[in-house]
Amino acid sequence: MLLLNHLWIILALPLAGAAINGLFGKRWPQSAVNSVAVGSVVLSFLAAAETVREFFHLAADQIPFIGNYFTWMVGGEATSHAFRVDFALQIDQLTVVMLMVVTFVGMLIHIYSTGYMAHEGGYYRFFCYLNLFMFFMLTLVMAANLIVMFVGWEGVGLCSYLLIGFWFLKKSAADAGKKAFIVTRIGDFGFTVGILLVFATFGSVAFGEIFANVSDKSVDVLTTICLLLFAGAIGKSAQLPLYVWLPDAMEGPTPVSALIHAATMVTAGVYMVARMNPLFSRAPVAMLVVAIVGAVTAFYSATIGLVQTDIKKVLAYSTVSQLGYMFLACGVGAYTAGIFHLMTHAFFKGLLFLAAGSVIHAMGGEQDMMKMGGLRKKIPATYWTMFIGTLAIAGMPGFAGYFSKDAILEAAKDGPHANLILWLLGVAGAGLTSFYMFRLVFLTFFGKPRYDEHKVHVHESPKNMTVPLMVLAFLSIFGGWFAAPKLVGGIDYFDKFLAPVFSAYAPTHVAEVEVRVVDPSLRPYPEPSPAMELVRSLISWPVFVGVLGLLVAWYFYIKRPDIPMKMAQSAHALYLLLLNKYYVDEIYAALIVRPLLWISTNVLWHVVDEGAIDGVVNGTATFARESGSQARKLQSGNTRSYAAWVILGAVGFTVILFVILDVVH
Amino acid sequence: MGTNPYLLTVITFLPLLSVAALLMLRSDDHVWIRRIALAASLAEFAVSLLLLRGFSSTNPEYQFTEYRAWIGDAIHYHLGVDGISLFLVLLTTFLTPIAILCSWESIRENVKGFFVSLLVIETAMIGVFVSLDLFLFFVFWELTLIPMYFMIGMWGHERRIYAAVKFILYTMFGSILMLVAILWLYGKAGTFDLPDILSLMQSGQLSFPPRTELLMFGAFFLAFAIKVPLFPLHTWLPDAHTEAPTAGSVILAGVMLKLGTYGILRFCLPLFPEAAHRMAQPIAVLAIIGIVYGALVATVQTDLKRLVAYTSVSHLGFVVLGIFAFNTTAIQGAIYQMLNHGVSTGALFLGVGMLYDRRHTHEIKEYGGLATPMPILMSFFLFIALSSLALPPLNGFIGEFLILIGTFQSHHAWASWAASGAVLSAIYLLWAYQRVALGEVTVEKNKTLPDASIRERVILVTMAVAIIFMGIASPLFTRRMEASVNNIIEQTSAPRNASRPAAVPLARPIAGHVVTLPAHPVLATLAEKQVRP
Repeated sequence: MLLLNHLWIILALPLAGAAINGLFGKRWPQSAVNSVAVGSVVLSFLAAAETVREFFHLAADQIPFIGNYFTWMVGGEATSHAFRVDFALQIDQLTVVMLMVVTFVGMLIHIYSTGYMAHEGGYYRFFCYLNLFMFFMLTLVMAANLIVMFVGWEGVGLCSYLLIGFWFLKKSAADAGKKAFIVTRIGDFGFTVGILLVFATFGSVAFGEIFANVSDKSVDVLTTICLLLFAGAIGKSAQLPLYVWLPDAMEGPTPVSALIHAATMVTAGVYMVARMNPLFSRAPVAMLVVAIVGAVTAFYSATIGLVQTDIKKVLAYSTVSQLGYMFLACGVGAYTAGIFHLMTHAFFKGLLFLAAGSVIHAMGGEQDMMKMGGLRKKIPATYWTMFIGTLAIAGMPGFAGYFSKDAILEAAKDGPHANLILWLLGVAGAGLTSFYMFRLVFLTFFGKPRYDEHKVHVHESPKNMTVPLMVLAFLSIFGGWFAAPKLVGGIDYFDKFLAPVFSAYAPTHVAEVEVRVVDPSLRPYPEPSPAMELVRSLISWPVFVGVLGLLVAWYFYIKRPDIPMKMAQSAHALYLLLLNKYYVDEIYAALIVRPLLWISTNVLWHVVDEGAIDGVVNGTATFARESGSQARKLQSGNTRSYAAWVILGAVGFTVILFVILDVVH
Repeated sequence: MGTNPYLLTVITFLPLLSVAALLMLRSDDHVWIRRIALAASLAEFAVSLLLLRGFSSTNPEYQFTEYRAWIGDAIHYHLGVDGISLFLVLLTTFLTPIAILCSWESIRENVKGFFVSLLVIETAMIGVFVSLDLFLFFVFWELTLIPMYFMIGMWGHERRIYAAVKFILYTMFGSILMLVAILWLYGKAGTFDLPDILSLMQSGQLSFPPRTELLMFGAFFLAFAIKVPLFPLHTWLPDAHTEAPTAGSVILAGVMLKLGTYGILRFCLPLFPEAAHRMAQPIAVLAIIGIVYGALVATVQTDLKRLVAYTSVSHLGFVVLGIFAFNTTAIQGAIYQMLNHGVSTGALFLGVGMLYDRRHTHEIKEYGGLATPMPILMSFFLFIALSSLALPPLNGFIGEFLILIGTFQSHHAWASWAASGAVLSAIYLLWAYQRVALGEVTVEKNKTLPDASIRERVILVTMAVAIIFMGIASPLFTRRMEASVNNIIEQTSAPRNASRPAAVPLARPIAGHVVTLPAHPVLATLAEKQVRP
């Protein structure tokens, strides 16, 4: 109970690291900055590990274990609508998973960055931001109420902004950072209103109190809340229609793309939906929306990934697509599968990004795959680890991604909220994923070099970069195995472990449905043997389309490399549409950004402010001045005209007086 | 309590006393004028902190009161603070030394006159916050105008005369209407004393016919709304800010705008409760328009200071919205937002002023890439911008969120519209920051600009500490406000046994919802008909 009673230590460590490097790092050598930055995250990981070890000794009724530190916001304490937010952290099974993923992957990426950023300016600044990110991300996953979660939520957005625009001298980087912050804030508008509605409905923002009172709330209110919260998830986790910031975010250094824009921050939306599962499970319409957005995004962004030539852009669209799968999982009620995919994705996508970074490092900054080729022999460690990551994301049997993706698609086909169309989109997306990932590998590592071998001196990355790759490669293979037994008919540890989070407040009728599916005695056919189950799953559709994608990519990019070119020419319009990402950025600019700026400048500012309002004000002043100078003429010195004015004034005064009296009575 | 019975008098007039000291100095002794002004304002801040020690947060009444006959029987020297004015006084005493420090080098002409004006404004502003007598209040209210007029007109930039005249005309217009209303109120009540008038109203001895009440409310509200400024009365603000010297902008944005929102809370609500409820809907709509409109117009500004000025229109819209939600949390949020805006927007103006000191321009296109030559100043600039765009856990978030959560209780639509301001503030601030700080240095002169000096760092660190402190420790503030806020809400909604025509049923808050439309005679008869069968 040593650390469990001090949950705050886990997040205070990286915060301290950020503060120290931010204040003093500028004057320190790289080694000192390293030891503070990496040291604080390693310690944070160790603290998290120890906390989790202690967590396993807790009794079921002690979970979630809450640490309440101080009262952060209060309003109307003496009234019936008292609003009170404590700075409170909690740990439960879901938090344990997130905590381990965030601290472990975060630690590896910190180590990797010491190699990748070694020759960059602003070294201390980079690690200050990266540590700050860890602090906010840990706040997000450990929050015990929506507002503290929102602190983490906005905080990771800030760090994302700072790190995307890390090379701020480049306009494209500064633009991308700003775009990321603003687009996610559009989603956060929904999130904010969602929180307001939660408080108005439940009278609290603490998860425990919300979930305990969820059963007597109307479906309409819950649906509204869920859709509003999901708007925040759409922004943060880059789903349709707010995904546009994530591909641009690749302007940031590659370790940032790996940590923030693949492994952790972008999955915050999935985490939030899973965390709020008692509400979502009672709002079928919201669930359906989540599933549709997820499945459509998964397929849609996979199609864009087919034709991109920038190695990081392919991975970015792939991330958008994989996040879509996680939402699909949540939407069909398979939260465990969604979180499971979140975890395996953190391993293999983190790996793929870091490996891509290693490739870019080796190529001296080149990101265009058309200018690579044949790197297999020159950077073998990078090649092999990236190949493993590709097998994992393509869902090849035995690799981490296979288990998690299969679990999602199985739930979409056979689960309580199964939907055949969404399943089809998911399967099609899986085929595309396999194709574009093997395309990436073949273009980068196979074939003949398409770069000038005299100018570019390809070199393998240093140990502090390759070791994290190997660790993540190991996890990309074996990271899914502890969920594997389900496929051979055994007990699913992951499912069982997370069950308290996802079933404690589950609506009763859904629970019954789930029981019916799981209970073998109710199945119409006899329970198959484990071997049968294994065979059945190996010849499943996702595996089939995955292998198909691999074969097609092999045929296109190794066997007949001339075909892609010909296809691009014969279906030129489609090719351009995909290459230009369906012109969505251009459409947003034309329909929203430019009209808004035009109206603000030409209507609101120049017409309303300067024309109308100031016109009245200045007009009044001019009128006063003019009438003053006219009135001066009345003072003519002519006695008769004075007399006339006196009489006229008296008449006017009398009239006004009578009018006033009349009004008063 | 054991505190000095004259504490408020001391706090109010200490700056004026130091003015006397300044007047003793030779006009060209700039060093000592600055030092004495700074020392006096710091001493003032220290003394004002004594208020916290004796202040009881459970007491809804005025505290540290002083009551003395002044002019005749009707006009009294009546001072007091409650949970609403307490922190506004502290905000004033906190920002004045900052304003003095930021004028250290930029004010070179008529230095003595400048610091004298600044300290006179301080006395006047504190006077407004602590006066409990309407006449005394009005005297202080008007006293704020004159030195500010000179400050803009004498130490301002190119179009300072136009801006100063516009400022004075706009505010005088409102003031005159308010003066008429104050005198009329005196005619009815026979006293200028606010607590006395309120107790007369509570006991039913004083009441107004609805139409008269609406007119009186309008006269007060117009004066305050101009000061806030509420859309569409805001056009003096961008001009005044753009032309004012940095210290003028800090004081103007930091404290003077709050005279308006404070006035609404202190006078418009309890004195004219029926009218306040009747007008809540249109005022809230104007506030929301201000939030969105101010943000949109800020986005497209090409002058950095004008941009920051428009953000005030947006932020103060939140405050007005919170006040007219008639909800404890929302009003606490509104008061907190007044303080936040004073700190954050004040700090933004300080940053803009530091740039102006170097380049003598506010044009955004004259800057660009400043993060390279001046990383420290630009880091602070970003931090302040983040606080202004309500990034949790910084101060701006607390104020906005309390307002939103309180307002949402009874007005879902109001709060939802207002929440969109958070998106817009990210757009204008981050875009402005990008154009000023990021990218390559575009103007040759900017490459050699010096980073923040020691004096500037002291200012910036002070503001940053305030921003963080107010972001983390908000209960220290809001808990002290609550009793007084509940008091105001009670005064604003307590039914009074006033003799008014029974035929005009007026708005009453019903189960948390405020019916703001007056009963239309035709509708009323229709309703009767419906009931009859």
